Amino acid sequence: MSSRIYRFVLAAVLVALWTLAPVAQTQAPAYRAPRTPDGKPDLNGIWQALNEANYDIEMHMARPALAVRPGPYGPVPATPLLRLGAVGAVPPGMGVVEGGPLPYKPDALAKRKQNQENWLDADPEIKCYLPGVPRATYMPYPFQIIQSASAIFFAYQYAGAVRNLYLKDPGEPPIDSWMGQSTARWEGETLVVDVRGFNDQTWFDRSGNFHSDKLRVVERYTRASPDVMLYEATIEDPEVFTRPWKMSMPLYRRQEKNAQLMDFKCVEFVEELMYGQWRKKPLER
Amino acid sequence: MNRLVRMAVISVFTFTITVTAQAPKPGAKPYSPPRTPDGRPNLQGTYDLATLTPLERPAGTKAILTEDEAAKLERQVAVQNEVRGRPITGERSAPPKGGDGSTGAAGGVGGYNNFWLDAGSEYTIVNGERRTSLVIDPPDGRVPALTPEARQRALARIVRPTSDTTESRDPGLEPAGSYDDPERRPLGERCLLGFGSTSGPPALPNYFYNNLHQIVQTKDTVMILTEMVHDARIVRMNAEHLPKTIRKWMGDSIGRWEGDTLVVDTTNFTDKTRFRGATEDMHVVERFTRVAPNALLYRFTIDDPGTWARPWTGEYTWVATDKPIYEYACHESNYALENILRGARRREADEAAQKNKK
Repeated sequence: MSSRIYRFVLAAVLVALWTLAPVAQTQAPAYRAPRTPDGKPDLNGIWQALNEANYDIEMHMARPALAVRPGPYGPVPATPLLRLGAVGAVPPGMGVVEGGPLPYKPDALAKRKQNQENWLDADPEIKCYLPGVPRATYMPYPFQIIQSASAIFFAYQYAGAVRNLYLKDPGEPPIDSWMGQSTARWEGETLVVDVRGFNDQTWFDRSGNFHSDKLRVVERYTRASPDVMLYEATIEDPEVFTRPWKMSMPLYRRQEKNAQLMDFKCVEFVEELMYGQWRKKPLER
Repeated sequence: MNRLVRMAVISVFTFTITVTAQAPKPGAKPYSPPRTPDGRPNLQGTYDLATLTPLERPAGTKAILTEDEAAKLERQVAVQNEVRGRPITGERSAPPKGGDGSTGAAGGVGGYNNFWLDAGSEYTIVNGERRTSLVIDPPDGRVPALTPEARQRALARIVRPTSDTTESRDPGLEPAGSYDDPERRPLGERCLLGFGSTSGPPALPNYFYNNLHQIVQTKDTVMILTEMVHDARIVRMNAEHLPKTIRKWMGDSIGRWEGDTLVVDTTNFTDKTRFRGATEDMHVVERFTRVAPNALLYRFTIDDPGTWARPWTGEYTWVATDKPIYEYACHESNYALENILRGARRREADEAAQKNKK
């Protein structure tokens, strides 16, 4: 190929990519995933988000800490976090929520603020509680999808949380739960998971974004390339939000040759926090 | 209410529904299991591990019960369960101060009644035999004696709980020191693992409740979910063990197929798992074989020279069920652990005050 034709082709490709780019952001790319033996898109593997959504699902600037107090010239880290220094700072993020600010009802917005102010006491992640959905997806830990013809199972490294996806709707959830009741179906390239039956105990992030037990999440998992999967979640909670809203993000396949879920049974790690004061000989607290 | 009625009906009539399809009788045509697309036996499904057969054969008991003997014993349990499962009447009087002295799940001031429990209703049937112990080797059905080294560990000043510890028979009555720190409480009470080695390995019946396990299987991965404490053990097929520096609560499990049997090899336990007082070097080999449309044969061999003079082996049948598994969120509402420790501190304060008065 002469260098002139080469440059022309390159320019054409770049123009095509440029014009396609906005489309690629909002809808599933036309990629045909490898198939499992039963002909379904193969989602097996170890996946992880690479973003700052667990800090704050909304677009946000860096800030000194997740809990702050007023300083003489603006907020400084709250006393219990002071010694963490830069490790305790909140990294900035472009956010994963589509559209403007989260459509909170006025009371709910006040509750979110209160959650932020009480973060150290109130964030369920601090106590190693089950993360709920969608938060489990974008916590800074890998999760594994185990998909056969008769079952789809999600195992999360964080807190050893699990979800068994029903492939046939079992009907109304008999009881509320932390991880909800998931029913999955295939829509072409996409695994659609309808999650209901949540309790009101989990949050969306470390910034106090929350929901009620009226939450319903519809997740869409679509493979976008050999090692990328698009994740979308539509959030519906008429008690907290004025309208449904959506978040989306890519998930990446862990590339390490020996990638695997490891133990993160954080229950053990929070015992001193939760029960230390009741030791016969309490440690310095 | 529906569930209550169902439970009552189940407990009364259990003895009439003996599980006959569990395992082929000797001499029967070998069973040909359904297969996954890669040609392996399909082990997937949900299984109920509950059984009346204990790990070790009770003294003076023969190894195999006849059908009639088993039915009679199962009937006794069913009747007992029915009585214990009756609704508690509102007119009963309050228990005496400090409890009525009884131990167990419903002991003292009253806890679970039988409605909540599911300790097993039948003896496990392997090769058509109704077994009186899971242990088959040594042939006396008993776990081999502890080595002197292991006995020494068990006599240490502070003995930490082991993964086979059962539901507390009666918190409050254990020896001094048992309530000093959360780390002294059983792993089940701390929501770290289910009690009775239900997660394993070896995965044992817990003789109490929540005995369901789920298997999901692909070419590269076999996932074994334990209902209690939602522990998913992920078996990496045809992989190598992690370095010894990496330890896991349920060990590091790798798998391979030997004919139609899935063989899972587990090492790298933590020094906190301590199955029956074992060291972290315990080695467990599990063998899963589909023996009937509704049953797996589960066999395990345990080797830990620091604990037992010889390896030992047990087996029992995992019976398939279509019951759903609900979320077992344990830690999230574990008020008990805090209150057990608080109660102990309160008792110490009361005793100190009493002493000062005298």
